[in-house]
Amino acid sequence: MDIHQIIFWVLSIMTLGLAVGVIMSRSPINSVLFLILTFFTISGQYIAMNAQFLAIVNVIVYAGAIMVLFLFVIMLMNLNGDTEPQKNFLVQFAGVISGGSLLLIFVAALKSSYTGLEGKQIELAQSSDIGLIKNLGHALFTDYVFPFEIASVLFLSAMIGAVVLGKREKDELDVVVE
Amino acid sequence: MILLALTLSLVLEKVILISVILGASLGIAMYSTWAERKVAAIMQDRRGPNRAGPFGLFQPLADGVKLFLKEEIIPTVSSKFLFVLGPSLAMLMACMTSAVIPWGPDIPKADGGVISLQVADINIGVLFIFGVVSLGVYGIMIGGWASNNKFSLLSGLRAASQAISYELAMGISLIAMVMMTGSLSLREIVEQQHGFWQDGWFTWNFFKQPLAFIIFIVCAFAELNRAPFDLAECESELIGGYHTEYSSMKLGFYLFAEYINMFISSVILSSLFFGGYNYPFMDIVAANVSPLLVSIIGVLVLLGKAIGFILFFMFIRWTIPRFRYDQLMNLGWKSLIPLALINMLVTGAVILYFFSPK
Repeated sequence: MDIHQIIFWVLSIMTLGLAVGVIMSRSPINSVLFLILTFFTISGQYIAMNAQFLAIVNVIVYAGAIMVLFLFVIMLMNLNGDTEPQKNFLVQFAGVISGGSLLLIFVAALKSSYTGLEGKQIELAQSSDIGLIKNLGHALFTDYVFPFEIASVLFLSAMIGAVVLGKREKDELDVVVE
Repeated sequence: MILLALTLSLVLEKVILISVILGASLGIAMYSTWAERKVAAIMQDRRGPNRAGPFGLFQPLADGVKLFLKEEIIPTVSSKFLFVLGPSLAMLMACMTSAVIPWGPDIPKADGGVISLQVADINIGVLFIFGVVSLGVYGIMIGGWASNNKFSLLSGLRAASQAISYELAMGISLIAMVMMTGSLSLREIVEQQHGFWQDGWFTWNFFKQPLAFIIFIVCAFAELNRAPFDLAECESELIGGYHTEYSSMKLGFYLFAEYINMFISSVILSSLFFGGYNYPFMDIVAANVSPLLVSIIGVLVLLGKAIGFILFFMFIRWTIPRFRYDQLMNLGWKSLIPLALINMLVTGAVILYFFSPK
């Protein structure tokens, strides 16, 4: 095993262990903290694949911004054993069924594309510079500019939608003032 | 990809460099606490600390000893692990940013190589700083929540929303600057500000992007949780804010992390906008003195600029009263972000029409 493989295995085992921690821990705050650590190990994988930009953006956007908002909401909800809603049997059953079918699809998808994947991945990781910010930017703004712009319009519309939803109606404002 | 091409001498170099940088930041942060009290005293026509040593210079040591010896109280119903994790994270994140800062020009070695005065010259240095800054708020949030105190929790939430709001404007204002330099590496950005005057204009980014600088420094105040944006530790509303329940050195770490952050962000401000270790007539100086001395002068110049910024941070703190929370949010979302966006658009247009390489 060369050094890259060792790093890959260590990071993978850590990622999986932390991801299990997310669903196993009793307190939702601990779950979020485990999830943040999971993002860090995934960023480590990106760095090992020479994709520094992806790695740091993963940290900034997911670990730094989205998870802060998650933590924000969970802290406000003040969850504990007493207030946690008890799910009935039917909901649990539906959850098991849908989760199981998702797992089945993942396994099937991975299995069909597995052949020769390992060699390809290592080759890609060691020879490709596409993850460096210059190459990535070049690819995004020349070859993939149309999908890129579509995605940004989508985000913009989501943002405007959130602002519209968050805006109070005029008569509602009057009630608050009174 | 060469990931781990390490030699012993390189490791040794970096270890020494990291220790020196950490020691220096801790020392400067320590004396910032003293300077803050002196500045406050002068601005309020008092004397300030003057008992411990000449001019009260041993005051930070006395404070440190006091904090270490105080009784440590951990609230019984809080999560003990997270309670300890809060100040540790605050301290860790405060110290991490210094890794990508170029502290001075390279020192040439006898065998032709150079000793770089930068721990890691990664090509995404600016983004690394953003990553660390965006994680910095976890220390406050976790500490505030683990205290199991409503005031602490509110303070943690305030800190989080404030940090996220101002990060946006900060990032957009930096994009304008990065578009001009064309690089995210801090070393590259500093090198491009070489000297002081070239081709009929100043080389320092402050003179090229004054609006970006103003937005950036306002956001830096907000990210540092310093007055006038210290809503997270607003005494009149929240007692002590997120560190209400903390005692002993854990409280000390929270307070101390703020001063380290202040020093580091002063260094970043001087590197990004005020030329870092560059100074006027540096080529003439470089031609006349030994290379080692050139590096030392560069480091001193950078530290001088940083100390100037630290003093500026302190003057603002003792001049401007605290914002109200809605004013803070209005300033961030309705003034700074649109301003930063306009600045980015104008910069892009100017680069495209006047400086595009055709």
